[in-house]
Amino acid sequence: MLSYTIRRILLALPTLFGITLVTFLVINLAPGDPASVQADQVMDPRVSIRVYEQLREYYGLDKPLLVRYGDWLKRIVTLDFGNSMTPDSRKVTVKIMERLPATLSLAVLSLGIGFALAIPIGLLSGARRNGWFDTVSSTILYALYAIPSYVMAIPLILWISIGLDLLPFQGMKSDNYEQLTTMGKAADLAKHYVLITFCFTYGALAFQSRFVRQNLLEVFRQEYILTARAKGVGETTVVLKHAFRNTLIPLVTLFGITFPQILGGSVILEVMFNWPGIGRLFFESILQRDYPTLMALSFITAFLVLLGTLLADLLYAVVDPRVRYD
Amino acid sequence: MIELPTAPTPPPPEKGRSLGRLAWERFRRNPRGMTGLAFVLLMAAIAFFSPLLANRQPIVCRYQGQWYFPAMVEVIQNIPGATWIVQKSPPFSQVTFNAKRALTAADFALWPPIPFDPRETTVNTLQPPSREHWLGTDQNGRDIAARVIYGTIVSIQVGLVSMGIATGIGIFLGALAGYYQGWTDILISRLIEIVQCFPTFFLILSILAWLEPSIINVMIVIGLTSWTSIARYTRGEFLRLQNQEFVLATRALGCGSFRIMFIHILPNSIAPVLVTVTFGIASAILAEAGLSWLGFGVQQPDPSWGNILRDAYEYLRSAPHMVYPPCAAIFLAVLCYNLVGDALRDAIDPRIA
Repeated sequence: MLSYTIRRILLALPTLFGITLVTFLVINLAPGDPASVQADQVMDPRVSIRVYEQLREYYGLDKPLLVRYGDWLKRIVTLDFGNSMTPDSRKVTVKIMERLPATLSLAVLSLGIGFALAIPIGLLSGARRNGWFDTVSSTILYALYAIPSYVMAIPLILWISIGLDLLPFQGMKSDNYEQLTTMGKAADLAKHYVLITFCFTYGALAFQSRFVRQNLLEVFRQEYILTARAKGVGETTVVLKHAFRNTLIPLVTLFGITFPQILGGSVILEVMFNWPGIGRLFFESILQRDYPTLMALSFITAFLVLLGTLLADLLYAVVDPRVRYD
Repeated sequence: MIELPTAPTPPPPEKGRSLGRLAWERFRRNPRGMTGLAFVLLMAAIAFFSPLLANRQPIVCRYQGQWYFPAMVEVIQNIPGATWIVQKSPPFSQVTFNAKRALTAADFALWPPIPFDPRETTVNTLQPPSREHWLGTDQNGRDIAARVIYGTIVSIQVGLVSMGIATGIGIFLGALAGYYQGWTDILISRLIEIVQCFPTFFLILSILAWLEPSIINVMIVIGLTSWTSIARYTRGEFLRLQNQEFVLATRALGCGSFRIMFIHILPNSIAPVLVTVTFGIASAILAEAGLSWLGFGVQQPDPSWGNILRDAYEYLRSAPHMVYPPCAAIFLAVLCYNLVGDALRDAIDPRIA
């Protein structure tokens, strides 16, 4: 196991290096830099050119690309992503940490709800394949899966937030949040979470329950299930005790891969709901050409995806020793 | 005379059916797939004939003793490169010419069902659906039905062009990796892994943010970022087919590497790639609409389903009727390509079904 782990990590290292390279090049090779965006705001062209030169020097953009890449690499090893290249020049890590809870809580909620619903649905429909529950649930889920999340979001906002005036859809808190009691605050937050969590969850739900169902059918074909049935174990016990446990393995790997993707955030949904999360931070940084924040966000999400895949692979090897001798 | 029993004539030898033919026969029996395909074709037809469906100039008219076919000319000009074949004749070619005002009731004119251009502003702003504007108007008084129809062109183009680019890159890299293996494979596989680590939308936005916002750039960038799964499937197929006898035979005949790769192996490995491409078209359409919604795609006043949805979002309270047409269009387009993809997968690999 140890040698497999080491081999797998060594294989991931060049990928990690590639991720830093792609992140840096995509963002730095592009025409137009933060200095020009800020200098454009100065009306007088002569002053604006001087401002531009000064800003470039200030941000270190006048150095050669390779030197900048080296500097950046040296800093990210110590998890220092530098300061924003916006007029407020705040620390990038602080900026990201501010936005992380909003997206992280959404990811946890949506994955939790997703799996909590997907497992029973998948089990029920897998246990009685092509039964009425299987047919109804798979039809509904397929229809839901086919609706893109932001296409679903706008009519939902229209009906529930505007038409019925039931739930808010802008941001995480109401304007009068500070004056509310503790209970009122909790209720206010919860209300803001409902719509966006739904939009984040329903699409994945279809995918996850199908995944559970597929795995269950796979497990049903195994001989130990036949054995269990042959010795007279009840169907419920067969499904829950013998089959379900074995479907958990691939499910865990699915979790490892999905989590960072949600964390990477849906830019559109977060902008639509004015949600103070990572996706909207990315969008705002794009508009400001804020190199350091963009690089940090791209690098961190790509790194997390890599980590998720790595952990999923390792976990798989723990559970299924045959993988190691691949 | 005794009639000898004649030997029953053997049935004519069954004609061999190609894999593609078999797959098509299975596909045809899939009602969901056929519905999807029919709608995809309908969408293409709507895009191509859009000038006949919504136009500020008539299809046929008689103006000052002459016959004119302004909308028909626009259809012909939809054929790529056909701008030089036919041109509108004046006065219909002049931007300032207003056919609706110039043509009197006495002049014969056959108007399109929606007599509005997608960019044409009127004084009726934010109107709910009416007899004049079937799906209502937006904040500039533009006809939403006309805008949705012309938005179809954008979606079709984005789907085809961006996936064309992605397929080219994906097949080329996947083929190289699967055929040469060794170091080539290691390098290309790493590259695929690296690109896959980034959330696609992050990557698209990062590149697009620096370019002039235009539909061409959107198509190129979506194409450049969504080739990875195509490359992976191609590589897998090439690895599988590498040791088949026909490859050995072509090698023995002295075919060059590229000939073996693209003339002999590729046609045999195209099936799973085709499925990925179909799903890819659906996500490309979705990505374009999302980008246009964010303001990075098609720019006003040109219509795209994404920017119609953006207008709808901005005027959610005062004009709720604007929400449904673009939502329905995006949903149907994505659904139908996915249905075709599903059916294609089942048709190509009947074991899974």
